[in-house]
Amino acid sequence: MSPKKNNLSLFFKALPKNIFSGFVVSLIALPLGLGLAMASEAPPIAGIIAAVVGGVLVSILGGSNVTISGPGNGLVGVLLVAITTLGIEGAYAAIICSGILLILLGFLKMGKLADFFPSSAIQGMLAAIGLIILGKQFHIMMGNKLSLDGSIAYLLEIPSTIIGVFKYTDSGLIFAAIAGISSLFIMAFYGKIRNRFLQLVPAPMWIVLIAIGISYYYELVLQQPNPVSPEYMISGIPAPAQIINEIPTPNFSAIASGSFWVSVLALTLISSIESLLSIKAVDKLDPQKRRSNVNRDLKALGLATIGSGFLGGLNVVTVIARSSVNVNNGGSNRSANFAHASFLVIFIVLFSSQLTRIPLPALMAILVYTGYKLASPKLIGKLFSIGKEQLLIFFTTLLVTLFVDLITGIVAGVIMTFIIHIIINKGASIFFRNVMKPNVLMFQEQATGTYYISVKHFCSFLNFYKLKQKLDDIPENKDVVIDFSLCQFVDHTVMENLSGYQEVFVKRDGHFDVIGLDLHGTESAHPFALRRFVPGLQKKGTTLTKRQLTLSEIAKDFNMQYEAGKLSDTHFLDSYRFFRTKKIERVYNRLFTKKSTFKIFDVNYSEGEFIAKEEVKTTMLHIKLDQNIPTFTLDREGFLEKVSLLAGFKDIPIDNHSDFTKRFYLKGQNEASIKEFFNDELVIFFESNPYYHIESNGEALLIYSKERIAGIKEIKSLRDFGERLETTISSRKLQPVEIF
Amino acid sequence: MAHKNFTTIGIGVTFSPNLKANIYEASRLAMVFQSKLLLIHVGDVSEEKRQKFETILQPFIVDGLDAQVVFQPGKPVDAILESVTKQNIDLLILGAVKRESLLKYYVGSIARKITRNVSCSVMLLINPSIERVQCKHIVVNGLEDKKTEQTIATAFVVATALESDKITIVEEISHDKVGTVEDTKSLRKTNLLKEKIKRQEDTRVQTILSHIPEAHKKNQNIATQAIFGKRGYSIGHYAQVVRADLLVMNAPEKSGFFDRLFPHDIEHILTELPNDILIIR
Repeated sequence: MSPKKNNLSLFFKALPKNIFSGFVVSLIALPLGLGLAMASEAPPIAGIIAAVVGGVLVSILGGSNVTISGPGNGLVGVLLVAITTLGIEGAYAAIICSGILLILLGFLKMGKLADFFPSSAIQGMLAAIGLIILGKQFHIMMGNKLSLDGSIAYLLEIPSTIIGVFKYTDSGLIFAAIAGISSLFIMAFYGKIRNRFLQLVPAPMWIVLIAIGISYYYELVLQQPNPVSPEYMISGIPAPAQIINEIPTPNFSAIASGSFWVSVLALTLISSIESLLSIKAVDKLDPQKRRSNVNRDLKALGLATIGSGFLGGLNVVTVIARSSVNVNNGGSNRSANFAHASFLVIFIVLFSSQLTRIPLPALMAILVYTGYKLASPKLIGKLFSIGKEQLLIFFTTLLVTLFVDLITGIVAGVIMTFIIHIIINKGASIFFRNVMKPNVLMFQEQATGTYYISVKHFCSFLNFYKLKQKLDDIPENKDVVIDFSLCQFVDHTVMENLSGYQEVFVKRDGHFDVIGLDLHGTESAHPFALRRFVPGLQKKGTTLTKRQLTLSEIAKDFNMQYEAGKLSDTHFLDSYRFFRTKKIERVYNRLFTKKSTFKIFDVNYSEGEFIAKEEVKTTMLHIKLDQNIPTFTLDREGFLEKVSLLAGFKDIPIDNHSDFTKRFYLKGQNEASIKEFFNDELVIFFESNPYYHIESNGEALLIYSKERIAGIKEIKSLRDFGERLETTISSRKLQPVEIF
Repeated sequence: MAHKNFTTIGIGVTFSPNLKANIYEASRLAMVFQSKLLLIHVGDVSEEKRQKFETILQPFIVDGLDAQVVFQPGKPVDAILESVTKQNIDLLILGAVKRESLLKYYVGSIARKITRNVSCSVMLLINPSIERVQCKHIVVNGLEDKKTEQTIATAFVVATALESDKITIVEEISHDKVGTVEDTKSLRKTNLLKEKIKRQEDTRVQTILSHIPEAHKKNQNIATQAIFGKRGYSIGHYAQVVRADLLVMNAPEKSGFFDRLFPHDIEHILTELPNDILIIR
């Protein structure tokens, strides 16, 4: 356990980075806030109010570190129902009441609430929410405003809207549709373009900037009115003074009615589940490996929701996409959330009139993309590979949610899951007899210090919280063995959660083994399939591509070995800064020397979560050195580095090599030993060779050039560069170096 | 506190397929403890039945076992309870039932009632056998309770008598004592607290151990183990995991109606016996 650090000075040191990160987040929060509020048929500003109130209160009172709070996409469906049945003032009253319930949940330590829902049912619910958002906004994106009854009707209407676009005669509508469709393209292909300057601004903000730019181009250069039909422009963004003057009064007159409380319950359920799931996912991204206090966060979110409701804002939840953008941009504590709220206030105060220049279809394209991400067909494929029964749970929840409502949907999902479990186990007696029993035993083995956990009877969503409580008691850098040999039934929810724990433990230098499932039957080979766990299983492709064949030829030429399949142990990459906020999906196509000290490989990794999730494939070289060197990263000096210099990073200058210092950006903890390490010979080597990103973790080097898969020629030069670098380093006089 | 002496051992007998195995186990125990064995049969006095029981006992009587058959009319539970007090029995042996098709043992309703209400120590056997099965590993509870010292002392006596060579004293640390982990800060706090409790528990157990006569401790591989789980239940789970042969436990506080409705502690163990259990009273 690390000693207590000087918190205050660390906080101020990290502040510039957090302010920067908060700024980037606010760029995505602004269009999303407006869009989510409009999709819920609330005034657009309500989404911004929620983000501002949430950002301020949760950053001060919350218990998590790198999360961002604001209006959530999961709530759109429920808010829509609340606003249509209760009216906007009545909905604010429902929001306030759900805030009170959230605080109660926090005090009752119900942070474990989300664990009680089967994961396939939660996915089904989220997919239904995605379809509700997508179905409704798709028409506006295409310039075809509709008013239909029920979310199914909107979905069924999509084909005729698409056909209808080609029949538009009004040029205002045509331009509206063009704005919507091109915005959708920006959302979809933004992640594919790996340009560092482009990536500086998130996709939703590009849409806003381009839209405003075009509007000014028409106004100032062409001196024409905006081509998009005025009824498809954002309206009703009030001036700051107006916001304060027109704070709505919540209307509590419906408080005695059933529909009011159904809305309150749905709002509470969805906002707590969305927040809890997001916190769990964001904790995995936290480079400082902290654990969030979910109960404290629930209380803060509840209070923020109450405040937001009184000021005319929506529910405040923890949001995954914005949080992961925050982590990726260097946010390290709650001040980033506060900064994001402050920047939103600044935007509204300075630019609220500019926002009316954004075409509605462009904004709705962002939401359509969000909805698509929630209900992505990939998800169905994944569930199918886990087991057909998961699909049944998924679709039960999805369809009931679409046809009836959210709460009925999730209840149906839970019941369906339980029925399937009863059928699989040929009877319910195993559940009823054992559900109350304390079925989890944990002890620390004295010889090794390993934590051993034995689970009896059954382990499913019904009693996973008992196992979870024990798991949470273990520091993540320890070794854990979970033994299911006394357990007759383990379900998918448990497997998926355990896999999450496994990921965290491995990332934080612990070990997490699941044993005792070898005798359990299963229907599919997927690691999350119920009853059985087979880690790292992946089908090997039998036919090699041309690139793979050439790679195997290269391997022969250079006396190396080639392996096309997936490498299950990617732990050697975890200690690099580069991978701290990234999730390694797979390492494959490996070229390696006999002892595997020198290896070139393709790696797939993902950054961020949900709509901010980007999958990247690249080729890297990893050299295990025979000596210890200081940890550092070496990059080409560019615009971004200049910016991050302002944000508090430090470039280490090398004396007598001003050209190197100017061209390269060198970063590391121990400046003295790095300066010593970069002797004349090494500096000249870097100056006279092609440029690569290089990172040292103290005993090995990670070398790569672009964030894409390298071609054959590039691989050859990468190999050559690495080999010569290795010789240069090992020819150095071995000097004792202080290691961190 | 001194250990329990088992001067009189009682066993309830009926004509069941397990009769011979039950009597053999009880007789062997009576031999090693050098105590008197009483076979309690619920029913009226019958010479024919006495004959049958004595035939089974014959090999042990030859070796010097002091055995006697007692007939006690009445309802099974009351009859057994009554003979325990009347005959001053110190240890009552009860057989567990194997749940059909599953490798699980549980205590039948009669035996369970007796276990709850009897005033002497109880030994629950899951797998009585005619051949002697060597007892190798004894697990005993070390929880903070005034009865614990006596229980541990008795466990050592039993271990010596049965020539078992390993004894593990289990300290159960209940969740309520350390609190819930919510974030990094409370994780650190609870782990420090856990270490502290572990040390305290260990000192307490070591003090108890220092009172055990050396004669009982030699040839014993003594270990202590802290476990986290439900008090009184997880020790059974532990015994099952480490494949112990005998679990020695304190008798629970008197259990009332509520405990059976919301089962806890020993009630859970009685529904799924991990191995032979000796409850010291």
